[in-house]
This record gives sequence, C-alpha cells and structure tokens, in this order.
Amino acid sequence: MNAETATMSGAAVPPGKTGTWWFLASEIPVFGGLIASYIVVRLGSAGWGESSAHLNFTLALINTFLLLTSSMTVVMAHAASEESNYRSVANFLGLTILLGLGFLGVKAVEYTTEIAHGFTPASGIFWSFYFGMTGLHGLHVLAGIIVNVVLWIGALKGSLAQNSHRVELAGLYWHFVDIVWIFLFPLLYLA
Amino acid sequence: MSSETSHAPLGFWRSHVFSTDHKVIAKQYLSLALFWALMGGSTAYLIRWQIAYPDSEAPGWGYVAPDVFNALVTMHGTIMVFFVAMPILLAAFGNFLIPLMIGAKDMAFPRLNMLSFWIFFVASVVLVTSIFVPGGPAAAGWTGYPPLSAKMEYTGVGWGMNLWLLALALEFASFLLGGVNFLTTAMNMRAPGLTWFRLPVVVWMQLTAAVIFLLSVGPLIAGAVMLLMDRIVGTTFFLPEGGGEPLLWQHLFWFFGHPEVYVLLLPGFGIILEVISVFSRKPVFAYRPIIYATIVAGFLSFVVWAHHQYVSGLDPRLAMPFSITTIIISVPFAFVIFSIIATLWRASITFSSPMLFSLGSLGVFIFGGLTGIFNGSPPVDIYIHDTYFVVAHFHYTLFSAVFFGSFAGIYFWFPKMFGRMMNETLGKIHFWLTFIFFNSVFIPMHLVGLRGMMRRIANPMQYEFLKPLEPLNQFITLSAILLLLSQFFFVINFFMSLVRGKAAERNPWQANTLEWTTDSPPPHENFSTTPTVYRGPYEYSSPDAEEDWLPQDRPLSAPRAAARQEESS
Repeated sequence: MNAETATMSGAAVPPGKTGTWWFLASEIPVFGGLIASYIVVRLGSAGWGESSAHLNFTLALINTFLLLTSSMTVVMAHAASEESNYRSVANFLGLTILLGLGFLGVKAVEYTTEIAHGFTPASGIFWSFYFGMTGLHGLHVLAGIIVNVVLWIGALKGSLAQNSHRVELAGLYWHFVDIVWIFLFPLLYLA
Repeated sequence: MSSETSHAPLGFWRSHVFSTDHKVIAKQYLSLALFWALMGGSTAYLIRWQIAYPDSEAPGWGYVAPDVFNALVTMHGTIMVFFVAMPILLAAFGNFLIPLMIGAKDMAFPRLNMLSFWIFFVASVVLVTSIFVPGGPAAAGWTGYPPLSAKMEYTGVGWGMNLWLLALALEFASFLLGGVNFLTTAMNMRAPGLTWFRLPVVVWMQLTAAVIFLLSVGPLIAGAVMLLMDRIVGTTFFLPEGGGEPLLWQHLFWFFGHPEVYVLLLPGFGIILEVISVFSRKPVFAYRPIIYATIVAGFLSFVVWAHHQYVSGLDPRLAMPFSITTIIISVPFAFVIFSIIATLWRASITFSSPMLFSLGSLGVFIFGGLTGIFNGSPPVDIYIHDTYFVVAHFHYTLFSAVFFGSFAGIYFWFPKMFGRMMNETLGKIHFWLTFIFFNSVFIPMHLVGLRGMMRRIANPMQYEFLKPLEPLNQFITLSAILLLLSQFFFVINFFMSLVRGKAAERNPWQANTLEWTTDSPPPHENFSTTPTVYRGPYEYSSPDAEEDWLPQDRPLSAPRAAARQEESS
C-alpha cells in the first residue's frame, strides 16, 4: 500500500464529527440490544397483541409526525448555520425544541392515561418493554432538547458563530433519536 | 490557541486535580486503579481464607459469614474487571500512550477526557457507598444473574445491588466517552508521516479494544436499565412469573462480557509487544499480519458469547456454532503468540524488569489459552462448568494481561511518566515472586476444579467429596497470601523511585516510538515541535543506522535513504 504516503492524517473531517459518529455508533447497540430482546421475548409470548391494543395509536401517530417534522427543522437550522444566518438558526432550533417538547408532552398524556387505566410497568412483560423502550427513548429526546437549548441560547446571544459546526453535530444526534422512534413506533403500536 | 495562553501556569487544582492534560489524567486513572487493586486483592485474601479455613477468624478481619462471602466474590470480580483492569489497561495506558505515540499535543477532546475520569471517580464512590448501605453490597456474583439479582428477597441485598448497577452504568458511560476520544484522537491527530501502518502495535490494539467496547457495551447498558427497572419499578424483564426471561440477561451480559475479555487482553498484548521488541532489539515479527489478526479477533469476539451458557438451558443446537467460533478465535491469538516468539528468536535479549514481566505474561497466557480450549468444548465444559477449573482458566488469561501486562507497562513507561527510573533489583524480585506464587496459586486450582469443587461456595468442608481437597486448598491460600505480600516489593519500588529514583533521560531504553523523543516527563502539550514521522516503529538493528535503533522521527541522510528506498521497492 504505497498510496498512504507521508501526509497529515485525517484533516478533512473535524474531530467533533468523528467523535459524534463514534458516539452514535455506540448508541445503536443500546437500542439494538433492547429491540433484539423485545423481538426474542415477543416471539415467545402469547397475548402480546391484546396488550398492545390498549395503546393509543392516534397519539403515537401524531408524535411520529412531530418528530419527523423536527428532523426537518433541525436540518434547516443546519442550513442556516452554513450561511451564518444566526437569527434563522435560532428560529429553527426553537421550532425543533418546541416539537421535541410537544413529543414529550404527548408521551406524558399517553403514560398518564395508561397508568390511570391500570397499565403500569409492573403489568406484565409487554408493559415492561413498552415503558422501558419508550422511557429510554424519551430520555434521549430530553437530552437532545437540552443540547438544542444550549445551542439556541448561543444563537440568540451570538456566541454560536465560533462553534457553528455544533449545529450539525446536534442535528446528527437528533436524527438518531428520530430514527429510533421510527423503529419503536411500528414495534410497539403496530405489531 | 496561542502558545502564550496555553502555557500560562495553572493553579494546583487545574494542573493536578481538574486537569485536562492526558498525562495527568492517565496518572489519575493509574492511582485510583492501584487503590482498587489493593481492595480487590484484600477481597481475594478473605475469600481464600474462608475456603481454606472455613468459619475461622481471618487475621486482620474476623469471621467471614456466608452472606459476606457472597458479597466478597461479587466485589472481587467487579473490582478487578471494571475498576482495576479497565482503568489501568485502557484508561491509564491509552490516555498516556495514544497522544504521545501519535505525536499529538493532547487528546482530541481534553475536557471530555477529564469528564470521563470524573465520571469514573463518581462510579468508584458509588461502589464504595454500596458496601455501607443497609443489606450490604451486591452479592449475586459479578455477572449479576437474575432472578438472584432481580429481587431483594433472594440475596437480602437492597440498595447495594441498585448502587452496583448504577456504578457499572457510570463506569460504562466513562469508558464510552473515553473510547470515542481515543478513536477520534487517533483518526484525526496523527503527526505528519504517521500513516496507519506506522502506528505502534499497542495503539492499534488500544483502538481495536475501544471499538469492541463501544459496539458491545450497549446491550448491557440496556440490560442494566432493565434490571434496575425490575428492581425499582416492578417490571418483569427477567422474572418468569411476569412473562420475562432470566436467560435474556445472560445473553445481554455475555454479549458484552466476552468481548470485554478481548478489550482487556488486547492492550495487554500491545504493551508486551512493545516491550519485547525493544528488549530483543528486533522489529516485531509480522507487524501487519498482527494488526490484521487483531481486527479478525475483534470481529470474532462478537460471536462467541454463548460459550458461557452451555449449561444454562441454551438450545444444544446452538452450542455447536458457538463452540466452533470459540475455537476459531484462538487462531488469531495463536498467530500473535507465534509472532512474539518469532520476535524473540535469535534476538539479543536483555532481561530487564519490563521484559521479565512481558515474558511472564506470554508464558502465563499460553497456559490460560490452552485451558480455554477445554472450556470451549461443550462436552468438557458440561463437566467443568462453574468449577474452580474455570476460575483457574480465566485467572491465567486475565492475570496475564492485567497484572503481568500492566506491570511490564509500568516498569517500562515509568521513566516517561514520572521522569525517574525504577529500581531494577526490586523489580526483578517482584517479578520472580509474583511469577512463582501466581503459578502455585492457580496450577493447583485446576486440580481442585477437576475434582469438582464449585465456584462461589463459602465452605467446601460441608461437602463430603470435597473434604480431601482441604490440604490443596490450604496450599493455594498460603500461596495467594504470599502472592499478595510479594506486591509490596512493587509498592515500595513505585514510591521510592517516585521520590528518589535515578533521573531518567529522554530515551533510557533506546526505543524508537515517538514518546521517547520528548522530555521525561513530557511537558504540557508533549512536543516542542510536532514530530515528522519517516518510518515504522520497530526499526531495531537496522542497517541504515549507526546505532541499533532508529527513531521514527529521525530523517536519514539523503543518499543512504535513497539507496535503501531503491532496495525495498
């Protein structure tokens, strides 16, 4: 391999991006492990569909639209940051945050209704997985919102200009959280 | 960052405690891990005392009750794997070596690096706290199998188990961030000329270990969350009465747990390869194939986990494929071993302390690797499963990497870390005593296991068929106590050398890699000017150089280099 001659290595990709991708690579097995466990236990359990029927499909569908839309707004924030238009970055990040909060709000309504009807995490294996998977995902949404809020404050104050690449990194994470939901939604609500 | 601001003197807190300097962080990991090694060693002493002299007063402690015994074996495994092996082999050596060996000023994310250490520190505090809560510390074994671990009434342990899970979760978070940092640093910050195939083997092995860790720990993080939920909010992931599956935890645990073995072995191998090349004055034999073998072993490590579960109720048809992959993974490791032996072949060997520990590590690992073939084969494993044969086997493999490997690394890089040489005589005494007593602990342990003595039993004298083993168990225990006491030669040497060891020059071992081209200890930001790399790391006894070593950053005079280039192309 004589092609790899003496040059400065890997200068093309900024460290933040390499790091974010490795971080996401390590997050995939977390949900991968959960989803694999879900599938294995699901295949071996009877009466699963009956429990699943108690979930509120309409609310989950609304949530799916909220998250998908937020993935669009976070891309628009990134595009605005490429043009150094921080007013616009703040607006789109603000929208992303609102959509994320909306998702968590709807999730809270779902949880409350389910628990009020007697379906708690202790109500059996389906509910264990339902609350475990959506709960862990909800924590990830919350983490993403916090990251976006930090950047949003930076965009409002004008301090984001030195670190504008972070909008893209936050976007990568946000997309990841979105994609996880795309897996959870059919597994829990449709299967 | 301009050099003026970066070299401004920092206060004590910023330079010694909340430092972002990778070298300081490496020493912090090393110190904390050595403290934990003392704790882990003490638990071993109490475990061994109780086995050899059941229900008598252990000197310096007292009576070891059966529930305390369960907690001791649990804490011993947890401490040694997660709070000694990982922080020394990965965090301390990885932090210290990666930036220095690739010619970088620091890690890619210095503040994240500091955060990693402090998360690990909090994990340590949580684990210590778990010992003192009502109900005592975790007592379900270091593998935490449910249903034993999932319900308080089975072990009587309440918050001890929850805190144990929390400590592990924090530890994983810490090493996850650390792994991201290692990989990004090595991918983005190598010095000019330092191509992938000019990296020292130890860096390759650290990176492979980081990748294995990052990609395998996720399912166990999920599993830890599930187990914690079972204990706290009443879910039934692992409880059959609620439709759950205890076996699921074993899969989640070992999907991480077995790759974890290679996460520990690889950095240990990396260290001994560096040391053996330097003290053999020869290039590492088959440098590139070793790297390929490392990567192959990394892939294979993901498909062997169920060999821990042959007797767990696993479908017997699954035992065959896992047995095959388990035997296959010995091939890349055998390759690395043969390369090490070939490196030693007809070399002019110097038997310094680091070299002795490396050779000891090699010998011990070969023994442990061979007994692994017994365990990997289901018909044999069904007989020896959960006996002391298995305990002896994994101590042979892990003690090799974790203790012999780390000692080799500490004796070797101590001059670079602290700017002083360690005492050779004490080092050699330390090696021989460790080597002799290690073997006299663990060779008889194989026999004890083959006679059927189970792991984790507090009192073997309760079993008629184990009574004849009493003298053997007492011999093992006395050897273990001597093995522990031998470590005082290291402790004395470490602290004496720290204070009054001979001042170390830049390159006391006449080695080639970049860390030896800067001061001992290296200044903040490591190199006065970024080095340029011209060659691979193991050009010992090269015909191109006057001396028998040729540092990676030394340009050769033009005609000579050109002639050499001609020859090789």
